[in-house]
Amino acid sequence: MKKVLTGNYAAAYAVRAAEPDVISAYPITPQTPIIEKLSEFVDSGELDARFVRVESEHSAMAAVIGASSVGARTYTATSSQGLFYMYEVCWWAAGARLPIVMGVVTRALGPPWSIWSEHTDFYAMRDSGWVMYFADSAQEVYDLTLQAYMVAEHPDVLLPTMVGWDAFEVSHTYEPVELVPLDRVRRLLPEKGVRENVLRDEEPASLGNLAYPDDYIKIRYGLRRAMEAARRVARDAGAKFGEAAGRDYSSPLECVHCGDSDVLFVTMGSITGEGVEAVRRLREKGESVGLARIRLYRPFPYEDVGELLESAKGVIVVNRASRFGGYAALSADVMAAAAARGVAPGMLEVVAGVGGVDVRMEDFIGMYERFRAGARGSMWWIGGR
Amino acid sequence: MAHRVFPKEELLLKGHAACPGCGATVLLRHVLKALGPKTYMVIPASCSSVIAGPYPKTAFSVPLLHIAFAASAAAASGMVEALEKLGRRDVNVVVWAGDGGTVDIGLQALSGAAERGHNIIYICYDNEAYMNTGIQKSGSTPPKAWTTTTPTGNPGFKKDLPSIMAAHRIPYVATLNPAYPNDILYKVRKAASIRGLKYLHALSPCPPGWRYDSRLTVKIARLAVETGVWVLYEVDHGVFRLTGPSKHLVDKSRRKPVVEYLKLQGRFRHLSEEDVEEIQRMVDENWERISEILKDQEKRGV
Repeated sequence: MKKVLTGNYAAAYAVRAAEPDVISAYPITPQTPIIEKLSEFVDSGELDARFVRVESEHSAMAAVIGASSVGARTYTATSSQGLFYMYEVCWWAAGARLPIVMGVVTRALGPPWSIWSEHTDFYAMRDSGWVMYFADSAQEVYDLTLQAYMVAEHPDVLLPTMVGWDAFEVSHTYEPVELVPLDRVRRLLPEKGVRENVLRDEEPASLGNLAYPDDYIKIRYGLRRAMEAARRVARDAGAKFGEAAGRDYSSPLECVHCGDSDVLFVTMGSITGEGVEAVRRLREKGESVGLARIRLYRPFPYEDVGELLESAKGVIVVNRASRFGGYAALSADVMAAAAARGVAPGMLEVVAGVGGVDVRMEDFIGMYERFRAGARGSMWWIGGR
Repeated sequence: MAHRVFPKEELLLKGHAACPGCGATVLLRHVLKALGPKTYMVIPASCSSVIAGPYPKTAFSVPLLHIAFAASAAAASGMVEALEKLGRRDVNVVVWAGDGGTVDIGLQALSGAAERGHNIIYICYDNEAYMNTGIQKSGSTPPKAWTTTTPTGNPGFKKDLPSIMAAHRIPYVATLNPAYPNDILYKVRKAASIRGLKYLHALSPCPPGWRYDSRLTVKIARLAVETGVWVLYEVDHGVFRLTGPSKHLVDKSRRKPVVEYLKLQGRFRHLSEEDVEEIQRMVDENWERISEILKDQEKRGV
């Protein structure tokens, strides 16, 4: 069934289909339409879930931790300052191995106040132990939110999983979205109520006890192994989802002329569309250029990216994130992927689209020209009007 | 209620990591006996995170979620909603938090959970400072008390959290004291029988933090009541009632002088006679306030 939905409503429809037991959230622009729609679903009885209307994001994450610890399927969503306010407890969720699913509508951080998109909030989660997807359209928000449950609750993973998407350009923009019929979603998602790492009074145990160093490192190593397993589980989930829905997600990234290009753009999120158009135009002029969009950001697809970089002479990493005093997170990962592969393409990192500035096709062409003219290292692309 | 009706089953097991004479442990033992094994606990950062004992063991024979400092009431909100959604209405969800985790960093989450009316028993064991980190002043430290961050005495007042919680119009607020287990049993069981958020505030003497010999815990706890420093009461659906020995202490002549409570504790050793008189005056004023509440209730026929 097709519906015309914003990215945020697509998330709410996916959550409705995933049938969580407990939802908890605190409003923040631009996340609010997700939780408004979910409140409607709960109040109308379309979704048989408890909605905990908490007094802060810190409490939103804490509430889903409490719910997940006794076996409930959960959902929350936030943005920007809200994500940072719940930051501490996000790490708790990962350490406790609770398969919470969260939507993060990316938004710039203050000051100055900004409600527009930037991925700095999203990247701040990169070392927290969450599996992290980034969607570039309402359809992907829907599809990846469902896959997030498939990965998070997989017994080899048991990690919280988030899906990020851009403020307004995706969150508030209506697009046709193909929904997956409920019976098929039920077959795709793990069975509810069978998860083993839950607190039960019949068999009392503690979750989160003090651990001395020799135990702590082993428990954290278990988290690392779970994250490594998530690579395979996400691939399988993407393939299974593809079989059921006709949209294949078996690759952690999306490629446009990746393997046969001298220069490769690496992007994430909604600015990619303009990048793809730039690639099309540049190739028309005979330029050997392609684009890879990262869809699964954690665990980062180092092998896939490294393989792409083998044949490329240069790479332009476009980061929609303010970063100071060091390379941006995405560039650092792409560079690490190249180094791990033993290849050394010329690298230009471009920080662009900060605070919601449009990144247009012409901007991508400009970046490409700068690269061709010998620009390497890091630069900010102020752009805009 | 006779002491022999106390359940025999121990849900706080031997081998826990509490200090000798720990008031919190005495309280918790009785609380868990009152509630029984179908009790899910949430514990934020506090002495009890350590008392539980290190992985892979635990001294708690009930399911227990450890959670970050400020998050316990919210975690319990999610937990109780989940348990009810999953068909478990026959269990207790209990937050067991220290005074720092309650009156300071956890207050926002507690206030939210109270306003939402989640079916939780929230118990604050109040040892009147940040004891787990080594005796720093909290919002629940009494005036003039020594702590490592108030080396010449606390210049502030003790936050009256039971009153703040009663102002949330929750169905049940009560105070507890480890010297009076029957009172604990009665109040905890009553709390468990009421739906909504129930707030219990327990005095928790702390030998290393209050600077006294560990054998004196129960004696000091009892003196806190007998001098009127600690008042045993409940606010049941808005109705205030004194309980236990506190019932007979409205008359000042029946209360022991506060100095008897203070002089046993090193944290009050630096007090001058004037300081002690001032504390006595504050305690007496509190009792006058209680007397007014009781008279007002009588007038209204409550």
